[in-house]
Amino acid sequence: MIRFLLRRVSLIIPTFIGVTLLSFMLIHLVPGDPIEVRVGERGIEPARLEQLRHEFGYDQPLWKQFIDYEGQLAHGDLGKSVVTRESVWREFITLFPATLELAACAILFAMLVGLPLGVIAAVRRGSAFDYGLMGVSVTGASMPIFWWGLMVILVFSVFLGWTPVSGRISDAFFIEPWSGFMTLDCWFSDDRGACRSAWSHLVLPTIVLGTVPLATIARMTRSSMLEVLGEDYIRTARAKGLKRNRVVVVHALRNALIPIVTVLGLSVSALLGGAILTETIFSWPGIGHWLIESIQRRDYPVLQGGTLLVAILVILVNLGVDLTYGFLNPRIRR
Amino acid sequence: MTSRYLAAAAAFAVAAVLAAAPAQAKTLVYCSEGSPENFNPMLNTTGTTFDANRPIYNRLVEFRNGTTEVVAGLAEKWDVSADSKVFTFHLRQNAKWQSNKNFKPTRGFNADDVMFSFERQWKDANPYHKVSGGGYDYWSDMNFPKLIANIEKLDATTVRFTLTQPNAPFLADLAMDFASIQSAEYADALTKLGKPELIDQDAIGTGPFELVQYQKDATIRYRAFADFWGAKPKIDTLVFAITKDPAVRMAKLRANECQIAPYPSPADLPALRADPNLTVLQQPGLNIGYLAFNVKKKPFDDVRVRRAINMAIDKKAILDAVYQGSGEPAKNLIPPTMWSYNTKVEDFKYDPEAARKLLAEAGLSGGFETDLWAMPVQRPYNPDARRIGELMQADLAKVGIKAKIVSYEWGEYRKRVQAGDHMMAQLGWTGDNGDPDNFFATLASCAAVPNSATKWCDKTYDDAVTKAASVVDQAERTKLYEQAQVVMHDQAPYFLIAHSVAFQPLRKEVTGYVMSPLGAHLFNEVDLK
Repeated sequence: MIRFLLRRVSLIIPTFIGVTLLSFMLIHLVPGDPIEVRVGERGIEPARLEQLRHEFGYDQPLWKQFIDYEGQLAHGDLGKSVVTRESVWREFITLFPATLELAACAILFAMLVGLPLGVIAAVRRGSAFDYGLMGVSVTGASMPIFWWGLMVILVFSVFLGWTPVSGRISDAFFIEPWSGFMTLDCWFSDDRGACRSAWSHLVLPTIVLGTVPLATIARMTRSSMLEVLGEDYIRTARAKGLKRNRVVVVHALRNALIPIVTVLGLSVSALLGGAILTETIFSWPGIGHWLIESIQRRDYPVLQGGTLLVAILVILVNLGVDLTYGFLNPRIRR
Repeated sequence: MTSRYLAAAAAFAVAAVLAAAPAQAKTLVYCSEGSPENFNPMLNTTGTTFDANRPIYNRLVEFRNGTTEVVAGLAEKWDVSADSKVFTFHLRQNAKWQSNKNFKPTRGFNADDVMFSFERQWKDANPYHKVSGGGYDYWSDMNFPKLIANIEKLDATTVRFTLTQPNAPFLADLAMDFASIQSAEYADALTKLGKPELIDQDAIGTGPFELVQYQKDATIRYRAFADFWGAKPKIDTLVFAITKDPAVRMAKLRANECQIAPYPSPADLPALRADPNLTVLQQPGLNIGYLAFNVKKKPFDDVRVRRAINMAIDKKAILDAVYQGSGEPAKNLIPPTMWSYNTKVEDFKYDPEAARKLLAEAGLSGGFETDLWAMPVQRPYNPDARRIGELMQADLAKVGIKAKIVSYEWGEYRKRVQAGDHMMAQLGWTGDNGDPDNFFATLASCAAVPNSATKWCDKTYDDAVTKAASVVDQAERTKLYEQAQVVMHDQAPYFLIAHSVAFQPLRKEVTGYVMSPLGAHLFNEVDLK
């Protein structure tokens, strides 16, 4: 197990270098630098443009800029935002809890709803429920998030008035960010109204961000369960007279979980991608929002640092998934 | 004994009722469109950042709410020398500084603060010059490094600015956000604390609201500043709920999650107008969208070609199809709301036949090929440059001009236009301070040629505009600018498209909100019914 872990961890360093090189190259392929983007209609004297580019080091050859950046990273320094002058790490750590809170709720929602739906569809294969669920899940998986987000806002917030439109908490509450997780911070504020508000603000973004993973999990659970339910040992379990629920949950579901865990792992990177759109629609102050803005402003340090940190996150999640395989299927550990 | 208990119980009951029903604090939520870059307007150029800073800071002079008229701010009054080169400001003595967890002021506002705020931007030697990265773009753009000869503190309440040349728009420049005043005492305190950069983050000012909390990409929270020198704000708490998507901003407004929301999409306007809980204010924007002819390139060096194109394009069709009621046709560089607008100038009439004749006179009866640049982004003055380009292209084809639409990424586009790579390019301008000089000189004077999209330099026009900047008398300036507009119309370096109209939806319960012609969002006088 430890060897397995070491082998996986040793792959992380080349992945980091690859990610930084790729993000560095991609952002530099986009025309314009942070200074040109700031200028707007006003124009800028060429001499002043050169002076500013020199100050930020953008007049250096690209390879040198990259090596300098890697050196800076090796010292644990992600740099400072060109726009706000704040450290990239500080900005990330301020915003990341919001993304994590939303992503955790979304994945929990997707699992709690998607798993049972997939199991029921598999058990009742060919029924109206099965066809209905598969139809809905295809729709869910192919739903454009932006459109879906605006639709749920219009229906549930504007017309029905059941949920807030956007944000993390009502502006009537003044919560000092202690952990950055609003559902936790409101708890310590001793204001139960604030907690109700924070949870109600989570409902719509959770549904919107969780829709695609939910559909994927439901479909994957169904097909994986169907495969397992056809195995001999299930027939044996049934023949032994075990109750149907026990056969399905204990014997079938546990073995069907491996591909589902894989999908969950992959869903994390999809979730981060989806979070960019969901956060924009729901004015959710997380890293998705932050990264999009850094592209528009060509804020190189934020974009590169942010991408790297997100990559680390995805790598860690995938590592966790690999370790879970080992837990679920001891053969993989060898 | 019993009566004493009764009295105590009654007192307790009254106290409990009073405690349970405190005076209702008024909170106004404004759904702002983005996060500020920081809390120092000297360092920034975006309206979003200026809006977030305006509640906190004051300037020596200010724009009267809803107008571009310059009125007293931190300076109660001022004297201007006969040659408009020396401006002496007499400072307000009752302005107090706000406080925060790092700083409790020991004195009110005085001349040291003015000196600090200007020297920070002006002098490399100032210890705060490089704090937060330096980069005082507006200071450079308004030509202050060349314009200012000296700034002196005459006494604790008097400051004198001496200019290198007469400059009438100087007062309007000082009302702009980049000329906001920071506290010198706060700067000293932060230096001692070893955290100078906090001056631009945990900002304090002399304005109507003090900053309570900023959560990046989420909210900015302010409370009314009890010691504000001017009329006290009518609301107790002001919250900027940062909401980037325009459709979501409008949904929040309709759900009463915010009471004022800026920049609606034109497509949302009918629904907003139909909502009985909302009011949609509108005002002509202080801007101009244009198609610039590069007069350094053939055949645009010939005024007949430029006039022919002005007659060949159907401006009304563009306004109907693209602006859809949110623009008014432009015939002068400045919008009609600005003083010195020349109403007598007559716009070119749409007349393809006359255009063809003019082209023939210029020796181009067979037409010619050109490029027509369209910005890749939506701007306040131009909602869809690509679509406008297509409409222009179709009109030009009718008179034999084959125009190819060209576009680049926005930064690249602007850079190439500045370099003069184009033949015809769409661009525009949004005014900074309501002074006509900010349009006429900034866009079209001979000094602006290195940056301008037309590269046009006309001596008669330039003389009028340069002289107007050095005269204090507004009537005289008006005459000069009117002359300049006639010259510009005759020489036609632009096809002037439109001045866009700005819309501001807000809840019916909001009172006292006035739209600013400069695009600012101000909450000093706002109340909630």
